[in-house]
Amino acid sequence: MAKRAVKLRAKERDGVIDIKCLLSHPMETGLRKDKKSGKIIPKHFIQNVIAEVNGELFMQADINSTISKNPYLRIKVEGSKGDKVTVTWTDNMGVSGSSTEPSK
Amino acid sequence: MKRRLFMKGTIAGGTIGVALSAGLLTPRVVLAAWPKAVMESKNMMNTGVSTSSIKLDMPEIAENGAVVPITIDASGVEGKVESISVLAAANGTPLAATYNFKQKALAFVSTRLKMSKTGDVYGVVKTATGTFYTKAQIKVTIGGCGG
Repeated sequence: MAKRAVKLRAKERDGVIDIKCLLSHPMETGLRKDKKSGKIIPKHFIQNVIAEVNGELFMQADINSTISKNPYLRIKVEGSKGDKVTVTWTDNMGVSGSSTEPSK
Repeated sequence: MKRRLFMKGTIAGGTIGVALSAGLLTPRVVLAAWPKAVMESKNMMNTGVSTSSIKLDMPEIAENGAVVPITIDASGVEGKVESISVLAAANGTPLAATYNFKQKALAFVSTRLKMSKTGDVYGVVKTATGTFYTKAQIKVTIGGCGG
């Protein structure tokens, strides 16, 4: 994977951390065909996303292939400045990506 | 075996038309692992009771069905929100995602959705006392599911 698996930005305001992230992933539905070969492009999509703050899990998501490619996700959690936010995804082929950023 | 199953799934998904049945209930236990049956279901999940306390923020018209930004704010819902689900009724597999929240998380989620055609988008919120939904129609001019 050439690009970073997760682009993550966390910003704290009034005790709430606002987390915005971009997960780098093709999110193939398994319905599309390759235009040249005519073959169906296999299903390849993120199934699971977990988000942690200071190692404590606060959000777990089950994702379907109907989420756009390079999924964008914005979530909020109680916390303070400097808290370490981690977002990890796993796809249907067992590949995963993760990123950790301190909250600003 | 996996590949065979997958091929079967894609062929079925491509030929069978979209069965819209908002009233049909398909209650299933949500497991810790990826809930395949629920996710690949062609029917709508139990959306519960309509409410106005869930805020949906999304475009009325989406020019590109491949990227439809949606925001669901359930902070107005009474009680602790356990999960937020996003459903696009017109898609082959309506359930797009379920976000399960633990203690500190706020009942808020924003993401981007693929939509095959014009249809209702549901924001379904589960709390300890029940299931609630708010829906809104999004007009799609170019479908985004391929095929």
